[in-house]
Amino acid sequence: MLAYTGKRLVSLVPILIVVAVVVFFVMHLTPGDPAAVMLGTEASQADIAQLRHQLGLDEPVLAQFVDWLGGVARGDLGTSIFMKMPVSQAIAEHVGPTLSLSILAQLVAAVLALPLGILAAKKRGTATDQMVMGVSLLGISLPSFLLGLFLMLVFAVELRWFPVSGYKPLADGFLEHLRYLVLPALALGSMQAALIARMTRASMLEVLNQGYIEIARAKGLREISVVFKHALRNAFIPIVTVVGQSFALLIGGATVTETVFNIPGLGQLIVNAVERRDYEVIQGVVLVIAALYVVLNLIVDLLYGLIDPRIRHKR
Amino acid sequence: MSVVMHNHTASDRAAALNEARLQYRREQRRIAWRSFVRHRLAFAGSIIVFAVLLLAVFAPVIARFDPLAVDVANRLKGPDAMHWFGTDNFGRDTFSRVAYGARISMFVGISVALITGVLGLLIGLLASYFRRLDYALMRICDGLMAFPAILLAIAIVAAMGPKVGNVILALSVVYTPNVARAVRSVGLVVKEQTYVEALGSLGAGHARILFRHIAPNCLTPVIVQGTFIFADAIISEAALSFLGAGIPAPAASWGNILYDGKMYIFNAWWMVVFPGALLMLTVFGLNMAGDGMRDLLDPHTKDK
Repeated sequence: MLAYTGKRLVSLVPILIVVAVVVFFVMHLTPGDPAAVMLGTEASQADIAQLRHQLGLDEPVLAQFVDWLGGVARGDLGTSIFMKMPVSQAIAEHVGPTLSLSILAQLVAAVLALPLGILAAKKRGTATDQMVMGVSLLGISLPSFLLGLFLMLVFAVELRWFPVSGYKPLADGFLEHLRYLVLPALALGSMQAALIARMTRASMLEVLNQGYIEIARAKGLREISVVFKHALRNAFIPIVTVVGQSFALLIGGATVTETVFNIPGLGQLIVNAVERRDYEVIQGVVLVIAALYVVLNLIVDLLYGLIDPRIRHKR
Repeated sequence: MSVVMHNHTASDRAAALNEARLQYRREQRRIAWRSFVRHRLAFAGSIIVFAVLLLAVFAPVIARFDPLAVDVANRLKGPDAMHWFGTDNFGRDTFSRVAYGARISMFVGISVALITGVLGLLIGLLASYFRRLDYALMRICDGLMAFPAILLAIAIVAAMGPKVGNVILALSVVYTPNVARAVRSVGLVVKEQTYVEALGSLGAGHARILFRHIAPNCLTPVIVQGTFIFADAIISEAALSFLGAGIPAPAASWGNILYDGKMYIFNAWWMVVFPGALLMLTVFGLNMAGDGMRDLLDPHTKDK
């Protein structure tokens, strides 16, 4: 397991390098002078020159990159001149709601999707199967921000069951916290639910056709035990992949969903930064989320090794 | 006696053969039924997409109002015979705006699908054929795929400025790795086929083998992925415009209309429901078409 972990860690290095290069150079795509763009049309030449210096834009690009990378390695993501605080602090202040929302959405997705996927596989080809697949296709077609608006219209504006928007931290009580997050989590979780249900069905179908399932049945095991103990366990690898990858996707989708419901998370941070052209913040948030994705993928890879010894002993 | 025995086994065999044939036919019928259902979906999906395409192309003819024409006296009016989808906070006709929004969505979707198709095919082919390029190209793809699509697109558009062209460029960067990876995995299989080896022995050059003989066999993933990317690009453009990092106001795009709609969600449900429903329908149609296309072109993934 240790060698496997080491190999996985080494394979991250080139990906992280690409991530860093992309994030750094995106800011340099700006046509003209980023400092002038950030300060707007009414800034004086002296102000622009000072900001250029502060951002390090008066140095050669390669030196800037090395400086920036060095800072990132020490956890210094730069300073937001608009928010007057280090970018890392801004991120820390906004990460809570995003995580809360993402975890709840993932929970919603898993609870909805796993039983439906297993059911569809068991009843393959029947009306139940067709319906689950049809609904999941609809789920994939409904972007979270749009579903969010629809849910808001029905359950908050018309029925008034939930608040229209806003956020209450966990400190205000769990139920209150939950009340504000139910609609956003449903909106965000539905697409994941659709993806997970489809993958669960496909991977269960594959496993249910294997010989050892026949043997388990021939031994006279109850169907419930065949499905859950023998089939599900072996169908789990692709399911874990989708759950892992979709969790990262979820954090991306969370940014848009947060804007719909005015939740003060990373999404709101980056959207406000786009409005103000606060490049340092945009860079920082994008970098942190991409790094998070890479780490999550690593965890998923390591989980494979735990679930299926064949993978960690390969080669 | 032996003749009778022989006849007996022969009729047995005939019966078994007949039974097998029947079973085969039942199986065939089942498969045909399944693909019929599937392709009926694909067909329905294509019709939806085609209808939206027509709406987009003929928007200037179909829409009775200028999508930008302000009419303060008639602001936030519900749907009626005059304004089918109601009016927005400036009194602009929502139906006209949705129709013109379809133009932007379709234009962005088709452009991104085409650009990612060409680039992805090229990168995937090169990676599958030249081992030395493979590692570098795939690590770049991995790196790009580490970003949630929408976030990378936000960053690129924020840097380059909100314009239709920049939105298309950003989304192309975001989705090309998907196509490249799919093409590469097919290309790796095709490259090992005997006919490629034969071409090599006959003295065909790399470029000829790669583009004349391998490329046509790698088109399936480009077409299937292209349909899904078309759908994803439409969603992403709407999301970007909704966030204020896409098509700049006052131009009509579904994302912009939804953004305005959210502001007036208490008084004007029609500003959310109509563009939202059309966006959902379009993406649903594309996903159905993509699913069907995958079944048709790639029988191995029938149940996935």
